[in-house]
Amino acid sequence: MGGTLAIKAEGLSLGYAGSGKPVRVLSDVDLTVEKGEFLTILGPSGCGKSTFLRAVADLLPPIAGHLWVLGKAVSEARQRREVAFVFQEPTLLPWRTARQNIALPLQVGKGSVSRSVNPRTDHWLDLVGLSQLGDRYPHQLSGGQRQRVSIARALQCEPDVLLMDEPFGALDEITRDRLNDELLAIWRETRTTVLFVTHSISEAIYLGGRVLVLAANPGRVQALIDLASLKDDNGAPRREGPDVQETAAKLRQLLRVGGA
Amino acid sequence: MLQHRLSTAETMILPVIGALSLLAAWQWLVPALGVPAYIVPTPAAVLRTFATEWRFLLQNAVPTWLEAVLGFLLGNAFAVLMAIVFVYSRRFRAAYFPVVLLFNTIPVLALAPIIILIFGLGMLPKVIIAALLCFFPTLVNMARGLQLATVNELELMHVLSASHWETFWRLRAPRSIPLLFASLRISATTCIIGAIVGEWIGSNQGLGAVIIQSTFNYQAEKLFAAVLLASLSGITFFTVVTQIEQIFHRLLPQGN
Repeated sequence: MGGTLAIKAEGLSLGYAGSGKPVRVLSDVDLTVEKGEFLTILGPSGCGKSTFLRAVADLLPPIAGHLWVLGKAVSEARQRREVAFVFQEPTLLPWRTARQNIALPLQVGKGSVSRSVNPRTDHWLDLVGLSQLGDRYPHQLSGGQRQRVSIARALQCEPDVLLMDEPFGALDEITRDRLNDELLAIWRETRTTVLFVTHSISEAIYLGGRVLVLAANPGRVQALIDLASLKDDNGAPRREGPDVQETAAKLRQLLRVGGA
Repeated sequence: MLQHRLSTAETMILPVIGALSLLAAWQWLVPALGVPAYIVPTPAAVLRTFATEWRFLLQNAVPTWLEAVLGFLLGNAFAVLMAIVFVYSRRFRAAYFPVVLLFNTIPVLALAPIIILIFGLGMLPKVIIAALLCFFPTLVNMARGLQLATVNELELMHVLSASHWETFWRLRAPRSIPLLFASLRISATTCIIGAIVGEWIGSNQGLGAVIIQSTFNYQAEKLFAAVLLASLSGITFFTVVTQIEQIFHRLLPQGN
């Protein structure tokens, strides 16, 4: 477990313990993710992409194999606030304003947080472009704004690993594109490791430095594709271009095979 | 057919007109049908009784109010505590929730004599009967309210390594507030019922005692005045609870 690894999985199998035999969702995952990497996870429904994220967040114990986050057990990484999770639903507490929602990580889990958490709520609010709307309640915000608040709340933990489970899945295309760019800007500034689950091929290509393609029935790793060649010299991603089209076609083919 | 909305003035005035028309009909019909005043008094006679007997009525209302308020506080406090225990101990819930629900099917009128028998003729048995009536709706609602937190919200708390106490205080408790107040509003009127039922069975003071005694003595004006006062007390309690709920709603808006 080298010092530069954010995630390491060895023979990892995940599933849910039913009444009797556990239901296996994802089998035999071997994966290493470097610190600071942006990994997108793509796959058909039922392939276990969310399940993998939940395991990294210590929400689901593995059935078999091993999983380390920053060289530690997942529970230890969680207790040290090194992992943050952005759900598909913003999951904001409706009785708290945007600012109060972002402050939530400062108010819970204090006993188990070993390192100091920087109370820079307004900074995070600013970073997600909501400095004017901090006193609004969730029901007074749009879907995109709510998800921004949820991202700011995750950033409040100053995580080394940011887990995002289809965070923009419920948003319209234009909002989603804008949030993709904002997320990349935040990633460049914070240099946090991001694991981003999506079912959108274009989103997976645009955001990811690498894309992990999962197959369903049974859930397994199908391919791990490096996307470095699709970025500009300064590292900026492109949405258009023949090579982008080609990669998208390749991913579409992989998903078709893997969804069978 | 398309129905047009009532104006604000209409929605304010129409209920008053409705009530006044019924009172007027009552005032006119009772003598017209030859009903004796010692069976059903006219509204004017009841009002007159309020004016002449207010000291007597108030003397008897105070113990009823006290029993009702104490029963309200006691019953709801126990209900909330038990709901919290239920949420955190599934075994305890599985063992005792069915028993509690079964106990709830005993009519309070049947239970009241037993409680009087055990606790005597003082104020305590009335407080306990009022508390019992408040206990069940709040227990059921609070047990449900504390489970309202979504899976995502609980997982968020887990990822943040929140303690049980923090998850309770920051998530489960605020989530349960609307359901808690729904049952507190019910309790606000049932606690008075409980106190009055207790007074029927064994008491020489309180609105319940006045109701029983004036019935046996054919003092219909006094009976109606006591019933009216009991009803007004219920409305007042209900309004107080609603006002407190408004304060909570401002502090903890629940979205839409």
